[in-house]
Amino acid sequence: MNIVIIGANSAIAKASARLYAGQGHDFVLSGRNAAALSELEADLKVRGAGRIALLPLDILNTHEHSVLVDNIEQACEQIDLVLICHGSLPDQERCESDFELVQQELIINGTSVVSLAGRLANVLKKQQHGTLAVVTSVAGDRGRQPNYVYGAAKSLASTYLQGLRGRLLPYNVHVIDIKPGLVDSPMTAQFDKGPLWASPEQVARKILRAVSKKQHTVYAPGYWRLIMFVVRSIPDFFFKRLKF
Amino acid sequence: MQLSGWGRYPSSESRLIEPATQGVVSEQLAALRAQSSCLISRGAGRSYGDAALAPVVLTSKHLDNFIALESNQDGSATLRCAAGATLDEILRLIVPRGFFLPVLPGTAHVSVGGAIAADIHGKNHHLDGCFSEHVESLTLLLADGSIRECNRDKDRPLFEATCGGMGLTGIVLDATLRLTRIAGPLIDNRTYIANSLQECLELFAEHAAAPYSVAWIDCLSSGQHLGRSVLFLGEHSQVVPDKKRDRSRRTISVPFTTPGWLLNKHTMNVFNTLYFKRQKMRSEANLMHYQQYFFPLDAIANWNRLYGKNGFIQYQLVLPEMSAAQGLTQILKKVSEAGKGSFLAVLKQLGAANNNPLSFPLAGYTLTLDFKMEKSLLPLLNELDAILTDHGGRLYLAKDARMSEATFKAGYPRWEEFMEIKAAVDPDNLFTSKLAERLGLSA
Repeated sequence: MNIVIIGANSAIAKASARLYAGQGHDFVLSGRNAAALSELEADLKVRGAGRIALLPLDILNTHEHSVLVDNIEQACEQIDLVLICHGSLPDQERCESDFELVQQELIINGTSVVSLAGRLANVLKKQQHGTLAVVTSVAGDRGRQPNYVYGAAKSLASTYLQGLRGRLLPYNVHVIDIKPGLVDSPMTAQFDKGPLWASPEQVARKILRAVSKKQHTVYAPGYWRLIMFVVRSIPDFFFKRLKF
Repeated sequence: MQLSGWGRYPSSESRLIEPATQGVVSEQLAALRAQSSCLISRGAGRSYGDAALAPVVLTSKHLDNFIALESNQDGSATLRCAAGATLDEILRLIVPRGFFLPVLPGTAHVSVGGAIAADIHGKNHHLDGCFSEHVESLTLLLADGSIRECNRDKDRPLFEATCGGMGLTGIVLDATLRLTRIAGPLIDNRTYIANSLQECLELFAEHAAAPYSVAWIDCLSSGQHLGRSVLFLGEHSQVVPDKKRDRSRRTISVPFTTPGWLLNKHTMNVFNTLYFKRQKMRSEANLMHYQQYFFPLDAIANWNRLYGKNGFIQYQLVLPEMSAAQGLTQILKKVSEAGKGSFLAVLKQLGAANNNPLSFPLAGYTLTLDFKMEKSLLPLLNELDAILTDHGGRLYLAKDARMSEATFKAGYPRWEEFMEIKAAVDPDNLFTSKLAERLGLSA
C-alpha cells in the first residue's frame, strides 16, 4: 500500500506508521519538524517499510496545502490510504482572552483538516480508489467547559467528514473518522494519567482495524462510544453546571 | 505529580518532563541547568525503589525510535536505537528476523536506557555477563549540554561508569546493541527439583554450562526444607514453531490496587506449596515461548498492585561464591523465622564481575526476595544487610529503596572511583536522584 500520513510526527501517526511499516508498506510522510521526520523514516525502515518520501510542511501555511498535495501525487502513483493526524491541544484559559490563538487552533484542528481532507479526497475520487482516515477527537462530540475551542474545531472536522463520506461513496472511496479519547502522548504531557488513558499504540491498532474493516466512526478505545453517548445525553440545564 | 518506582515505595512529588524529540531533551536540560535544578532521567519506570525519583524527572518514554539494524557478514547484527525503546519492542522486531538480545532481565518492559543505567543481568550472566558487555557504543548527553559518544575504545571510563551508573553521569540518548542469532522463539526448558538450599547450589554448579539457569526458591519453608527450590535450565531450541505456537501470549491486568492484607504469610505459604508441588509433577523437559520463559510475570500487567497501596520492596543481594552457602542459609533462616517471605523468590548463580564501578553482579549467588511494605519490614532488612555486609555481599541499586550509605559503601568499594568520573562530567551534580542522595552519590 501507498500510505500518506499528514502530521506524521504525532504520537498516534507514529504508532500507526510503525504497525504498517512492519507489513512492508510504502509511505509519504508530512509533518512540521523535518528532523523528527527523518528520525521516523529511519525507524520505519528498520521495521520493514518500503519506499519513504518526506514532505515537511507547517500545517498553518494553508496556502502551501495545494503544493503539498501536488507533491504527494508525484511521490506515489496511487494513494491507497490517507491518514490525517495533526492536531494541537490549546490552553483553554488563554483562548478565552486571545482570539488570535483561538483562530490558530481552529486552523490547526479544524480548517486545515478540511483543506487537506478535501484536496486529498479529490485525488482519491479521481483514482476511484482509496481510504481517507482522519483523527479527530471525542472532544468534538460535545463542547465541554475545559476545552470547547479544541472540541469546536474537532467537531468541525467530524461534521465535514460525515458529508464527505456520502459524496465519495459512489467513487469507491471510504472515509473514516477516528475519535480517540484520552491518549498518553507528548501533547498531553501535563496531565496526570488515570485508568481511562490509552496508549498511542492502542489507538493505532484501532485505526488499522478500522481501515481493513472499512468502519465509519471509530472510538478509540471502544469504551469512549459509551462514555460519549452518556455525555451527549446529559440535558443542557445540568450539563452547563459540569466542569469536566 | 506523585511518582514512584515499580515497587510503589517510596513515592515523591516530581515534575515530569516528557520530551518528544532529542532536541527538546537538550533544550530542557539547558533550561534546568540555568535554574540549577537537579534532575534524573527515567526510562520505563521499572526500577523498584527511588533510582528514578527526583524533583525533576525527564522521561524517555516518547524517545523510543529505532535508528539502524545492521546485519554483518558473519551473521551477527547490531541494533542502534533511542534510549526509550523497550526490550519488548526490540524483541518483537528482531525475533522474527532470527535475532535475540544477549541479556534479558525478568521483564521485557524495561527501556534500553534503564538497562544500561542499571547494567542489568539475566539468566545467562554466568556465561555472557551483563547488558553492558553487549553494548557496542552509547551516546550520552552530558550536564554541560554536549553530546558524547562513548564505548570501550573512546572515553572508556565514562562508558564504564555510565553502565551501572544509575543515570548519574548523564542522559543516555541512544545505544548500539549487539544481537545474537537464534533459530526461533522457543526455549528448551528443563526442570530440576532441589529439596534444600545445598542441593540447589550443587545443581547450579553441576549445570554451569547451561546457557540459561535460574531457580525459584520457597523462602517460607524452614527446617530441613529450608531453601527447597526448582531449578529451570534453558537453551534456545532449534525447533522452529508453526504459526500457532509462535503467537505471543495474551496478558491480563490487575485493574486496581488490591488490599495489602490479601498477601500474607498464609496465602503465600499455600501458593508456594502448590507451586512447588506443581513443578514436581510437571514433565522435566518442555518447549516454551521465550516470553513465557524469560518474562513469566509480564503475563500479569501491573502485578505490583497486588502488594497493596503501601507497595513492596524487592531485596536483591549477591554473595560471593566463598561465603554464599553460609550467608544464604542465615538470610533464609531470618526471613523464614520472620514469616515475611514472598512468592517467587529467585536464586541465580552469577559469573565474574565486570569492570564497571557500580555494576551489581559479582561471582557468586544472587537472591531476590519481595516483601510487602510494612513498618516491621525495615528492621528485618537492616538485619539482613548486616549479614550481607559480614559476608562481603551487596544489594542491587535498581531494586534498592532503603539501604544505608554505609551498607552501600561497604558493598561497592569502587564508589569513589565512580564519583571521580562523575565529578569530571557533572561537577555541579545536575544529575541526582533520591537514591543518589541517600547513598552519598551526590556530594
